[in-house]
Amino acid sequence: MAKVKGAIVVDTETCKGCEVCIPVCQENVISMSTTVNRKGYHYAYMSNPDACTGCTNCAIVCPDRAITVYRAKV
Amino acid sequence: MEVIDIIKPENQVFNKTCLMTDTTLSYCPGCGHGVAHNLAMEVIDELGIVEDTIGVAPVGCSVLAYDFMNVDITQAAHGRAPALATAISRTWPDKYVFTYQGDGDLAAIGTAETIHACNRGENIVIIFVNNGIYGMTGGQMAPTTLPGMSTSTSPYGRDIETMGMPLKITELIANLPGTYYVTRQAVHTHKHVRKAKKAIKTAFENTRLKKGLSFIEIVSNCNSGWKMNPNDSNVWMEENMFPYFPLGDIKVKGKLKQ
Amino acid sequence: MSELRLMKGNEALAEAAIRAGADAYFGYPITPQSEVIEYLMTERPEERTGMVVLQAESEVAAINMVYGAASTGKRAMTSSSSPGVSLKLEGVSYLAGAELPAVIVNVMRGGPGLGTIQPSQADYFQAVKGGGHGDYKLYVLAPASVQEMSDFVSDAFDIAFKYRAPVLILSDGLIGQMMEKVVLKDQKDRMPDEEIIKRYGSWATTGKKGRERNIVTSLDLIPEKMEARVHRLMKKYEQMEREDLRYEMIQCEDAEYLFVAYGSSSRIAQKAVQLAREKGIKVGLLRPITLFPFPKQQLLVLAHQVKGILSVELSTGQMVEDVRLAVKGRVPVKHYGRTGGSIHTPEEVLEALEQKIISDGSN
Repeated sequence: MAKVKGAIVVDTETCKGCEVCIPVCQENVISMSTTVNRKGYHYAYMSNPDACTGCTNCAIVCPDRAITVYRAKV
Repeated sequence: MEVIDIIKPENQVFNKTCLMTDTTLSYCPGCGHGVAHNLAMEVIDELGIVEDTIGVAPVGCSVLAYDFMNVDITQAAHGRAPALATAISRTWPDKYVFTYQGDGDLAAIGTAETIHACNRGENIVIIFVNNGIYGMTGGQMAPTTLPGMSTSTSPYGRDIETMGMPLKITELIANLPGTYYVTRQAVHTHKHVRKAKKAIKTAFENTRLKKGLSFIEIVSNCNSGWKMNPNDSNVWMEENMFPYFPLGDIKVKGKLKQ
Repeated sequence: MSELRLMKGNEALAEAAIRAGADAYFGYPITPQSEVIEYLMTERPEERTGMVVLQAESEVAAINMVYGAASTGKRAMTSSSSPGVSLKLEGVSYLAGAELPAVIVNVMRGGPGLGTIQPSQADYFQAVKGGGHGDYKLYVLAPASVQEMSDFVSDAFDIAFKYRAPVLILSDGLIGQMMEKVVLKDQKDRMPDEEIIKRYGSWATTGKKGRERNIVTSLDLIPEKMEARVHRLMKKYEQMEREDLRYEMIQCEDAEYLFVAYGSSSRIAQKAVQLAREKGIKVGLLRPITLFPFPKQQLLVLAHQVKGILSVELSTGQMVEDVRLAVKGRVPVKHYGRTGGSIHTPEEVLEALEQKIISDGSN
């Protein structure tokens, strides 16, 4: 079956560093940045982008809807 | 395939609904209110009913809901949203009217309005976020604060001798003939979010079919009030809130589930 | 076509609400005004005009139902009596703060506390000095007859929508319970939804269609914005004073003394004017029809003509303070009035004029 590849874009200024997206990612794609955004929050980013399947779990639990999800057939 | 090749408009599978404004949410990091807001707006958007939807915001953390929800909203006095919703629904019978309330608003000062709107079976949707505490005012004890749970007004833990057990308002109103659909959901994991969204969609469908009152409790966390980080609070919620406030449908199509 | 009937004040008010094209009435039983909702429930206006009538679980719920309907541009009203109105005051303050048109009726009874069920005028301060929290005022109409109980409903709605503000009809148990002839106005059609959306779509929460979302709220967490909102309210009140003051002057042309009285008390005072003139005492009556706006200038003018003023109220004296403010010490201003549900007689009023104003001679 055609392999699917995903990717997320995190609005780093909207993200409040709550980390709720991390436990719901089955592929452990997301980690928190070491740098902080304008409000002083560490923000989520794809530390393991290759593993992302674009399943949207992280996006739908994000209280601030900071995550946009993409998915493409390989 | 590089990430840059994936991130193209045609590959987008999820983004924020247009029915949420761009105003930064005033909610604490990881608070369930944000998700609950988004689900309600996503449902209204997907059902294509925004032109006939009127929201009623409460007093509490979500008092500023109208800054975030991109729908017509009137903001009620503390506890009175179901009364406003009653009047709006009765004077505009074909509109989708929903209230969005917290546990202090709905189950303390607004108990009478809640019970009587449910008893009359108003054709409205009540979205009730239960985080077991008064968040906006700084973490005081609420009707749904758990036994032994410490808050700023129960610093030594809720004493059930003097304050009684937490109020199960949802089970209470489920027993009123006026309620058609009563369910308790959560929004802290992807599984719960999908179920909660389905429940909210069912509720607005009920309004369209004029079936009467749909009541959705969303058990949520309160990181600041519970003094935990978001993920710990969600674990604590599962271990402490869910046993007392079990998730799932309580009443469907007017019939209590055994 | 307009119709002549013999009706109770409360019932005339209820019928007038239907004929004024009201969209909704939300009420709760309390003596001496339960006839309003009883009449409406019997008349079933939803069949006549589509008007919604609902008995709420409390006065608090009722006023908030009015707030809900008003936020969508509908003509909504409620009625109660003194203790019930106290429960509604938070809602009234919200209506004022959110700039919503609505009509509230208070058929006053003796207080304070549970008080009594007989008539009184002891809620004047509550009605005119705000009553609820914050800087706001109510436009207050004081009916003195069954005819005015009927006429003032459409007047109140007109003012409410002209200013987008809550309006109070301040009646009492006497006016509410007595029967008199009343000429009822013709039926005015309720405004169709499309018309409401066209006319009030700039602010009313009728559903976001072809516009940005509307928000109805009285909340402003930024002090400067809240301050601007309050000043916007004050401008309305100034306009009310300029454009919508109402009062009646009875036999004041040659008056050497003056009664000031409103509502049921003004009828008693009118009889006292007659009794006094039979004894050669030239006294006139100024009847405020609106308690806010108050006829301040008219009182100041009369204060240059008369030797003394007696405020006649079914209370221990509340409006008397506003009379004194208006008269600016020009002449003595005293108060006479029974309270607690007791009603003064014309003879008592005349006697009070003689003792407190005429023979007192302290002017």
